Amino acid sequence: MKRSVRLTWLVSIFLTASLAVATLCSAASLTINGSTTVLPIAQKVAEAYNKEYPELRIDLSGGGSGNGIKAIIDGTTDIAMASRFIKDKEVQQAIEKGQYPVPFRVAYDCIIPVVHPGNKVQDLTLEQLKAIYKGEIKNWKEVGGPNRPVVVISRDTSSGTYEVWEEKVMKKERVFPGALLQASNGAVAQAVAKNPNAIGYIGIGYLNRELKALKVNGIVGSKATTLDGSFPVSRPLFMFTRGWPKGDTVKFLNYMLDPGKGQKFVEETGYVPLY
Amino acid sequence: MFLSRTSREKIIRRLFFVIAFVSIGTLFLIFLFLVLEGLPIFKEVSVAQFIGGHYWYPTSDPPDFGIFPLILASLAVTVLSAAISIPLGVMTAIYLAEIASRRFREIAKPVIELLASLPSVVIGFFGMVVVAPFLQETFNLGTGLNLFNAALMLAFMSVPTICSISEDAIYSVPKELKEASLALGATRLETIVKVVLPASISGISTAVILGLSRAIGETMVVLMVAGGAAMIPGSIFDPVRPLPASIAAEMAEAPFRGSHYHALFATGIVLFLFTFCFNLIADQIAHKYQQTGAATL
Repeated sequence: MKRSVRLTWLVSIFLTASLAVATLCSAASLTINGSTTVLPIAQKVAEAYNKEYPELRIDLSGGGSGNGIKAIIDGTTDIAMASRFIKDKEVQQAIEKGQYPVPFRVAYDCIIPVVHPGNKVQDLTLEQLKAIYKGEIKNWKEVGGPNRPVVVISRDTSSGTYEVWEEKVMKKERVFPGALLQASNGAVAQAVAKNPNAIGYIGIGYLNRELKALKVNGIVGSKATTLDGSFPVSRPLFMFTRGWPKGDTVKFLNYMLDPGKGQKFVEETGYVPLY
Repeated sequence: MFLSRTSREKIIRRLFFVIAFVSIGTLFLIFLFLVLEGLPIFKEVSVAQFIGGHYWYPTSDPPDFGIFPLILASLAVTVLSAAISIPLGVMTAIYLAEIASRRFREIAKPVIELLASLPSVVIGFFGMVVVAPFLQETFNLGTGLNLFNAALMLAFMSVPTICSISEDAIYSVPKELKEASLALGATRLETIVKVVLPASISGISTAVILGLSRAIGETMVVLMVAGGAAMIPGSIFDPVRPLPASIAAEMAEAPFRGSHYHALFATGIVLFLFTFCFNLIADQIAHKYQQTGAATL
């Protein structure tokens, strides 16, 4: 009687524990995880790659640059997509766990300030953009627009897109607390397209007819101005591997970096290819 | 039959114990995880700074972890949505239980309950694409993504819960009570206000609190339509950022086990305490005002 009671407890604890463990494990195949900015590129490239090499199963998911790099450190993914470079804190964690993340530059992204198409403002300087995002410029007429309040739309502070904006436009100063927050490029595009007072910023791949792209310091954000470095708000995009890549991982990355193959899709998805 | 009846009984009893233990144990582990991941932030900031701080800049250098505007936003959104959803929900329930014809009730109630099964992302999308531009034009606002819009959408979500549970409570008030009241010469309105409502107050309160705890914990809707500005709102048309929206928007890219990550978990603890209190209050009320009237219950 007593023994069976103990057995019941043991079984219960075992089942609970296995549930806890099961959530920590993942399947073994080529998994790619990370930034939703890089995701559309990886999706197209993975599709094309699978047409040539159908035997490899590629598991793609987007959870943000931080999650991707976290997965590399934890060893739960083969390739991490990131819209920013690895942070010092993450490097330290990788060292603690005995991992060596290797970065590969796969494309360029160009972040473009956008307004509603009804807004007649064409061009803003970096200083004006900064003042708008600091909450100092509150009305469009201060920058040559209509007499309407400026509704500032920003991204969540942990996104790679925000980081680029913070670094290139804000110069490390804070976006004022009254700025609206949207959690993705698509959401910013949606919010700006629906609001004549709004200003936001999105990756060049998310530009559409419902949005008007602004020039920055008189320079149009485009492929050419991104590659020659003249457009002030652009950045490289990365894929990280666990140590130097081998086997399927290196095959996939070579495909990705091939100007005739992977890079073609970078262009198709609206990003800026390396060559 | 290889086993005697008693040992079969015993095995079945054990089996059910195991199942119950696994679900409770899992819940406990999740709670433990929440606390363990959240507590390290208090090595960097004090509890008072965390709860009372006015600035939320988790990624700047040096970071600020003050969730006061977020707590205020959550409370404001919940209170405003309660102000919309409680009258709507309870009055609909009274109408359905006491006034509407039986046939109408049988059609209307399932439809209202169907509203509850609308995915929150659909309601959020509706708020973003339809309600926001409408509010912006009608009230000439800077943006339609604001506290009021979020409260309206949350009210949408909690009305079915409040209505459906209150209706059950009102409907189950014993006929004898109503008949006695009417027999003493009270009008129908007097009967509803002075007899039926007090008799079913425990059920109605439970309904309200359950509806509210759904509103305060709701993530997708507030993420999509509340605007997301981490500031203390000055009017009901200001954009706000409630606690769940902040967690959902930032968790994906917060560096693993960094202070931002811990701060988000600590925010989760605060949110958990809120919903926990709500449920505790609901439980208390349900016990305190239990209907003990008619003998024929």
